[in-house]
Amino acid sequence: MTPMHIVFLIVAAVTLFAAGMVVTTRPLMHSALWLILTLGGVAVLFAMLDASFFAVVQVLVYIGAIAILVIFAIMLTRHIAEDTSPQHNKGWWLPLVGMVVLFVGIVVGLSQWSGFETPLPVLPAEANNLVLFGQALTSPDSYVIPFEVASILLLAALMGAIYLGTEGKRGKK
Amino acid sequence: MVDNWLYIGLFMIISAFLPAAAITIAGILSPKKPDKIKNSIYECGMETVGETWIQFKAQYYVYALVFLVFDIESVFLYPWAMAYGQLSLFAVVEAIIFILILLGGLFYAWRKGALEWI
Amino acid sequence: MNFLSDPVPFLTNWLNGLLAGWGLPTVLVHLISYVIGGGILATGAMLLVLFLIWLERKLIGRIQDRLGPNRVGPYGLFQTLADMLKIFIKEHITPEGADKVPYELGPVLSVAAVLMVWAVLPFASSTRGTDLSVGLLFIFAVGSIGELAVILAGWGSNNKYALLGAFRAVALLISYSIPMLIVLLVPVMFAGSLSLNDLVLKQTVWYIVLAPVPALIFFISSVAEVGRSPFDLTEAESEIVSGFNIEYSGLKFGMFYVADFLHAFTISLIFSTIFLGGWRGPGAVQIPILGFVYYLIKTSVVYFLVVLMRGTLPRLRIDQMNNINWKFLTPFSLISVMVFALAAKAFPGSLRGHVLVLLSANALILALMLWAMNWFSAHRKRPVVVSHRRHEIVPNKDVSA
Repeated sequence: MTPMHIVFLIVAAVTLFAAGMVVTTRPLMHSALWLILTLGGVAVLFAMLDASFFAVVQVLVYIGAIAILVIFAIMLTRHIAEDTSPQHNKGWWLPLVGMVVLFVGIVVGLSQWSGFETPLPVLPAEANNLVLFGQALTSPDSYVIPFEVASILLLAALMGAIYLGTEGKRGKK
Repeated sequence: MVDNWLYIGLFMIISAFLPAAAITIAGILSPKKPDKIKNSIYECGMETVGETWIQFKAQYYVYALVFLVFDIESVFLYPWAMAYGQLSLFAVVEAIIFILILLGGLFYAWRKGALEWI
Repeated sequence: MNFLSDPVPFLTNWLNGLLAGWGLPTVLVHLISYVIGGGILATGAMLLVLFLIWLERKLIGRIQDRLGPNRVGPYGLFQTLADMLKIFIKEHITPEGADKVPYELGPVLSVAAVLMVWAVLPFASSTRGTDLSVGLLFIFAVGSIGELAVILAGWGSNNKYALLGAFRAVALLISYSIPMLIVLLVPVMFAGSLSLNDLVLKQTVWYIVLAPVPALIFFISSVAEVGRSPFDLTEAESEIVSGFNIEYSGLKFGMFYVADFLHAFTISLIFSTIFLGGWRGPGAVQIPILGFVYYLIKTSVVYFLVVLMRGTLPRLRIDQMNNINWKFLTPFSLISVMVFALAAKAFPGSLRGHVLVLLSANALILALMLWAMNWFSAHRKRPVVVSHRRHEIVPNKDVSA
């Protein structure tokens, strides 16, 4: 058990525990805070995999924007956040069975995939990777179409969000 | 590489430990006389009227949404900027189209009044 | 390398040699030297705050034509120690119904978020915490942890005014992150790397010369991020009722202010790293401690500018702050990135020609900015205050026309 293994086990355990707490804790704001811990755990996992760019982007975008958006959304629906009635229903065992079957199926399927055991080629130093990534994003025979489509997707999301968000103002006019 | 992150992780623990230690020391040194009036919530000197419920303006949510869109846009642009030295003019024009589309989105938000504070 | 010209690597090697001589495995030697190095850096930063608070109070005093603290110790140098002692022994009053974990975490995360930036800054050619390959984005990532600390503080106080103040503060912080993130694409384009050490190494010409307009936009956004005047609506004394730290007392309250002052110095450090060439200067590569001195001088100049802005400019209203960000800084940061991308690529050539082309691109953007500001103020809706009526002067009668 190298130190990396031990650190990975600890980080994975913390992430899974926080993810469990997200769905089981009663006050809604606490769910949001546990979600932030889960996202932070995933960022640490990225850092351990030598994907530094994705680790910082995970913190920057997920914790810095999406988690704050989730908290603002909770605040918008405050009277729902105050609701602390029991959250279970009677048929909780059925989704549990379905989930266990699905999980076992995915694990079995993955372990039979040939790529599961092959070690990946070791990439050169990190900074060069990002330069290659940038070149791939904009070269015509690589990922330029998804790059531009991503911008149109973001534009569509922006316009939709503004349309929904300024409903009150349009109603007043 | 992971060496760097190890340092960052240790530094994170140290930089969280220092203020926590200071606050704990101050907590030991300070008097503790909890009083009902002292511990009540501040509301300009009166008793708290109503529950802790505020009129949350939807404007905050719109700002957070626009921020999210531009955050993701800048995350897309950072690898392009890093590879800038090796890129051709064509790739630069592609990124400019990317930025122009989102600039159009910003102007749409402006015209629709989504960026006003009120 | 000897001790005088290169103290930090000398000491590091000595410590490593000592620990290895005791027979410890290499991993543990590295771990211990990292912990000691990180501890010294963090403690040094916190002790620097004591000096900074005194410096700021003296400077603000002089700007306001008064002396500032001058009683406690020579020139009032020990004033901060006295204040610290006072704040250490104040009672920690916890409001009833406060959520314990967010309430306690708020001040700690606030300070931790600022301290973590110091891990990636290059202080000299051979001294830095660590040379993270994505150092620039790391600074923004820990900035978002600072925003989180504000939300935790506001929520944990169980006070609707604190919550309201926290949301206003976070809305401002995230809004001003956008011009900062976008405008930093320009130095990254020039240097081709996100690592702060690479940014400093590539600055044979300082980036503020090549790109003054992005430097200006970055400076304004950073000052707004710190929450300094003229953007200090969220912590102003007259607005503190709707600030997020009203339910804090004692050292927890003090920690927010430590974070504030340290953040102001940290943005000066970041600005001088990215735009003013960091530790570069004549002879800085051979004698690293000289590089550290240059770095301190540049940072002090920028810090003085920040304090000067605080002492001179009046506070902005929140809708003015939002307007400046979304309608002025963000479009112009996007426009500058586009113009710089075209200018630096369309005319590749010698450095001098490069500089001229970039400076003219800057002049173009600056002209656009001035024209836009002019257009804005000319087309602002002004309320009609006085209706136009004719007044007659009639002697010996009421002049209420």
